[in-house]
Amino acid sequence: MKPEVKKALIAKFTALADDELVLSHRDAEWTGHGPILEEDIALANIAQDELGHATVWLGLRKELDGSDPDQLAFFRDSTKFRNAELLELPRGDWAFTMLRQYLFDVYEAAWLSAAKASSYQPLADAAAKILREERFHLQHTQAWVERLGLGTEESNRRMQAALNMQWGYTQQLFVPLQDEEILVRENIVPDLSAVKTKWLEHTTRHLRDSRLELPLNIGYQPGSRETHTEHLWSLLAEMQSVARWDAEAKVW
Amino acid sequence: MVSLSPKGSRAEVREIWEALSRVPDPEIPVVNVVEMGILREVRIDGDKAILTMTPTFSGCPALHAIRESLETVVRALGFEAQVQIVLSPPWSTDWITAEAREKLLRYGIAPPNPALAEAGLIQLELSPTRCPRCGSFDTSVKNTFGPTLCKSIHVCNNCLEPFESFKAV
Repeated sequence: MKPEVKKALIAKFTALADDELVLSHRDAEWTGHGPILEEDIALANIAQDELGHATVWLGLRKELDGSDPDQLAFFRDSTKFRNAELLELPRGDWAFTMLRQYLFDVYEAAWLSAAKASSYQPLADAAAKILREERFHLQHTQAWVERLGLGTEESNRRMQAALNMQWGYTQQLFVPLQDEEILVRENIVPDLSAVKTKWLEHTTRHLRDSRLELPLNIGYQPGSRETHTEHLWSLLAEMQSVARWDAEAKVW
Repeated sequence: MVSLSPKGSRAEVREIWEALSRVPDPEIPVVNVVEMGILREVRIDGDKAILTMTPTFSGCPALHAIRESLETVVRALGFEAQVQIVLSPPWSTDWITAEAREKLLRYGIAPPNPALAEAGLIQLELSPTRCPRCGSFDTSVKNTFGPTLCKSIHVCNNCLEPFESFKAV
């Protein structure tokens, strides 16, 4: 593999893993606080799946540069994380959490469907594996968007407020990394603009069917994944606290 | 336990498979890792037994426990253990043997329906899940997500019992 391709691919795996890891943590914050027991369990499952996917992506990175996934997850500073800002925003209310998960699930399903054809076999294999699990997420969150959008005045208002806030942030999912173009040229990763077309097709239809309006003013759209909101720092402080306190985890 | 067959022979590989078929799935101990389709391959290279396994779900926390159990068993047979984890082909519930399905059913878990070909971004299960207690097809899904990643929660409208079912993937 050419050095510039390898470098770009390491960066891509890091971004993919960080998206999953950070979202997983935000979802996991609901454990024990879900609106009903079934939903508590469902979201904990989704969080666990996303954590598993982060492990897969960091495992692929490890094959390229020998890095240790645990070290990257639990001992890396916030300035080195490459997740999209959408995923680090505080969990908000149930509508906020479900909408974010839905918008991300559609993006992930569309990206993975295309990535199954990657010319880099380990990535194609991982995409096929992860996609099977993602379908359950999308089925679940899609139903929640509909339920809250078409539910009561209150649930619709909350869902609409979440959409107004998140719509601009979601656009960052389709901003390529600095050298991602090299990977696209080699057919290693899908072209994000094609993924976005698919994403828009699905989300705009479903949101409208759920009586939600796409915001006219798209709002803040983050660009580079090298900067973050102030929320990432505190998220990591909590997520990494145990590992940093006792790296060997030998004391109970 | 010490292997009796000549080193590297086909009989020896078979002995390893047999020994590993006594390793239970840590989350569903009535079935073993061989009949669940988790263990994919056994090879012998000199003193080393090379095992290939695949996770059911990529976030499955049992993966490490299974890996350790496999290593312990082959070491007890006098081999050095090397366990490789592969993602491809992705694990499918279609790989669960008929015998294991029967065991799941007796344990109170509805075995998975045949996995559907991938269609679109989401997949809905079309065939109804059968109640493992009374056998009725009149059941409803209560939660696509259950106590473990691989199961969903249902309720039987006939005997009114809740039950778990293996997700078809």
